[in-house]
Amino acid sequence: MEQRRSPRSGPPGPDTPPESPGPDLGRRRFLGYLVAAPTLAAAAHLGGSLAAPREAGAVIPSLPEVQEVFDLNDLLTLATKPTANLIAVVLNPDGTASFDMPRAESGQGVTTMAAMLIAEELELPLDKINVTLADARPELMFNQFTAGSNTTISMYNPIRVAAAIAREQLLKAAAIQLGDTVTALTPHLGFIEAADGRRISYGDLAELAAAQKTEQVEVRIKERSEFKIIGTPQNRIDALDAVTGRKKFAMDLDVPDALPTMICRPPTIKGTPASVANLDAVRRLPGVTDVVPIATGVAVRAKTFGQCIDAVNALDVAWNPGTVDGESDDTVLARLKKAEIPLTVPALKPLTGVVEGEFTFYWRNNAALEPNTAVADVRADRAEIWAPLQSPILCQEQVAAQLGLPLNAVTVHVVQAGGAFGRRMFNDVVLEATEASKKMGKPVKLMWHRTDECRQGRMHPMCTSRIRATYSGGNVLTFEQRHTSVATDYTQGFGEIITALGAKIPPLGQGNELGFSVPVFHLTVNVPYNFGAVTQLLNEVYTYDTFPTSSVRNLVNPDVRTAQELIVDQLAAKMGKDPYTFRRQFVDDDRVRAVLDKAAEVGEWGREMEPGTAQAITVHKEYKGATATLVEIDCRPETVNRKIRNAVTGPRVTKAVMAVDTGLPINPRGLEAQMQGGIMDGIAQALTSSLHLRDGTLLEGSWDDYFYTRHWNAPLETKIIVMPPTTGEPGGAGEFGVPSAMAAVACAYARATGTIPTSFPINHGTLSFKPKATVPPLPPSPTNGLEFAY
Amino acid sequence: MPTHTFKVNGKQVTVDIEDDVRLLWVLRDVLGINGPKYGCGINVCKACTCHINGKAFNPCSVRVADVEPDDEITTIEGLPGTVGADLHPMQEAWLERDVAQCGYCQPGQIMAAVAKVRQARAAGREIGDADIDEIRNICRCGTYARIREAIKDGAKKM
Ligand code: FES
Ligand code: FES
Repeated sequence: MEQRRSPRSGPPGPDTPPESPGPDLGRRRFLGYLVAAPTLAAAAHLGGSLAAPREAGAVIPSLPEVQEVFDLNDLLTLATKPTANLIAVVLNPDGTASFDMPRAESGQGVTTMAAMLIAEELELPLDKINVTLADARPELMFNQFTAGSNTTISMYNPIRVAAAIAREQLLKAAAIQLGDTVTALTPHLGFIEAADGRRISYGDLAELAAAQKTEQVEVRIKERSEFKIIGTPQNRIDALDAVTGRKKFAMDLDVPDALPTMICRPPTIKGTPASVANLDAVRRLPGVTDVVPIATGVAVRAKTFGQCIDAVNALDVAWNPGTVDGESDDTVLARLKKAEIPLTVPALKPLTGVVEGEFTFYWRNNAALEPNTAVADVRADRAEIWAPLQSPILCQEQVAAQLGLPLNAVTVHVVQAGGAFGRRMFNDVVLEATEASKKMGKPVKLMWHRTDECRQGRMHPMCTSRIRATYSGGNVLTFEQRHTSVATDYTQGFGEIITALGAKIPPLGQGNELGFSVPVFHLTVNVPYNFGAVTQLLNEVYTYDTFPTSSVRNLVNPDVRTAQELIVDQLAAKMGKDPYTFRRQFVDDDRVRAVLDKAAEVGEWGREMEPGTAQAITVHKEYKGATATLVEIDCRPETVNRKIRNAVTGPRVTKAVMAVDTGLPINPRGLEAQMQGGIMDGIAQALTSSLHLRDGTLLEGSWDDYFYTRHWNAPLETKIIVMPPTTGEPGGAGEFGVPSAMAAVACAYARATGTIPTSFPINHGTLSFKPKATVPPLPPSPTNGLEFAY
Repeated sequence: MPTHTFKVNGKQVTVDIEDDVRLLWVLRDVLGINGPKYGCGINVCKACTCHINGKAFNPCSVRVADVEPDDEITTIEGLPGTVGADLHPMQEAWLERDVAQCGYCQPGQIMAAVAKVRQARAAGREIGDADIDEIRNICRCGTYARIREAIKDGAKKM
């Protein structure tokens, strides 16, 4: 059974493309362009003409659940329809090919994926393909937005079409050079080879094959059976740079005169500076060049970041209150509970059993290891920006608006990110850098301190999920879920300022909730089981900008699915079934059942476990794919209470096994890595990682109190099984691993301890650290580092 | 302005900077050695991990004045040089296992791993899971599973 029943323009089948980069001229034939350029350049529409037929069929049915037939990725892909724009593969005289990718690379491996797609069609070795990140290209409109694990899905065909056109053009040029016919020639590893052994390199052909005028051409791309690279495990193309320290992040760029800059920030969320008592004194501190108040705080520019930190802490600032000074975890929780949409099926019906649960999920920081960074060089008539950005077009528009400059006077360079997890959809750090650079009249290299990230950064909104399920006679009759959340800020829209404004349509916040939050909820959630009458509803409290929120490696599903799977385990228990066989019986999709079986088999489901330890198994479907996760957890006192300095230990996930079906794994090795990362997030979110809100301040201030998974929390054994291709269409990966992993950890904890956890992470109720001061805002830099040398 | 002299990656360097500037900023902002990364500035994330005289330490938490003239600082850039090769065996293992995702933590992870292997050996044993559990370096992309494998591989070739 096919999981997605999305409307398609062609007949469904293993080779039906997820989208057409040009009019699909029958099986595997597409239109693209040869572009007039000094060397060979071939291009394809990025999502351009996907097409009227598909849109006409893209009715959102009410049954079955929306997400099953038309998910967020369809929406992200459809959103690209009106923009017929090109991405190009360029051949260089040195025999390499270049591709400037309009997406962010934050560790998900999309540059490697792009290089593989090019290598496949161009018959060029992977190490001869350079993938760079494109500057903001406003003409791409929606199409330069990295989110929803959509990159692979939307780029899969366009990149291949461009590369295939380049290959055909090389063949034609080589035929002339070799005095042979195109059909007698073979492209192979960067050469066009003739039957008699003569050959000519791509480098030698790069200029000869260049097009004189831009023209539309037709090309055939490979069938799946012809793939040599796609589907094979490949290492990342940037791995060598990463392990040698050569990989450049924004703060590593050498932009002339862009000196380190940091911001003194308020003690409560979104406070603003009222006045500064000692500006001049701080300006005279060692290394300091500039100190200027900006909208969000006071910016300090100095010779080194160390001197910025000292100057920030020396500032004597009077602060205006923030947006939530009266709010704490318990006031927010009370508001959430009040706003919950009632469940409708009566709790007590004759002859039916009921399982109910209510779960609370606390705030979580995006917490990329590389903090927010941006380099800005603002001049009177232009501005240049370098930053890791998921929405560069929106960024360019915002900077232009802020400075009152025309769009083309602003250049935005996208730099590789040290993680993103949703955070880099928001351009606040760039706007701060722009303001500081303008006011100082100098270039700045702005970085947030880690403590700023925790306290003034963005976070996954606190939420509750309430579920009631009823069963009778071996069947589950109803399954109701009511998700209530602090509003998620979707004002980054789909990366483009018009939709971003759409999220701000008055009354304040309603545009955001009705325009984005509710649709996104319905486009992403589902209950992957045949549970009779299923309803899932979302309600949001506060306005989108009351709290600084965002998605954090997946939107709502880690929480939504964790709540569900905890109830599923209880249903199984009440109905006298083993958790695995129960799921097996009720899952509503063959692909889900297949990954479930695989995880159970490889993870040795049902093996005997010591008291205080347990297994659990869960599933998830999203991003046009399916996952199942089996974990084993150790909750014995000697494990839970093990002591590590400045750390939480707690229960340990000792083993994690995940089976994943993405339809068509382009790079199984990269996919495995993403799933491994997803497991670490699932562990953190279930067990250790949250922010505490008290009187408008987040108590966490660094990694010694915001407890993301550490080596000592990581499973000793992690195994990912990448399923062979099923649908033939690539799915998403970046966020995909988290929901079933988080759910499995929660379920295993419940089974090991006999106590069903009701709030997450499970350690949130105990504050296991002493909060750092908020004034001065940054923790002092230690001096005793040598004492810990080993 | 005070002058500080020490050795970085085999080269003698002299910098003019205030005594209390932490070594991380001297490396990055003054000397332009960008392999050590900032992730917290308070010795908890370990993204800045380097070696001093062969031992792992965190330059975000050491004043430049506390580095002695004969101290040898090694950053990820200088690690291959310590074995006279293009890559240190630990870096090779990292490539072999395709460990890095965003890569931001990885220079620090590799420097920590090398020191941890040496520390275990000095204690008379090969590195094992319990030693790896002691490594404090955060990887927010969650590459811990491959790091664990790569450290064991790399140790064998060290
Ligand atoms: S920056 Fe040095 S330990 Fe985090
Ligand atoms: S690879 Fe991204 S933080 Fe480790």
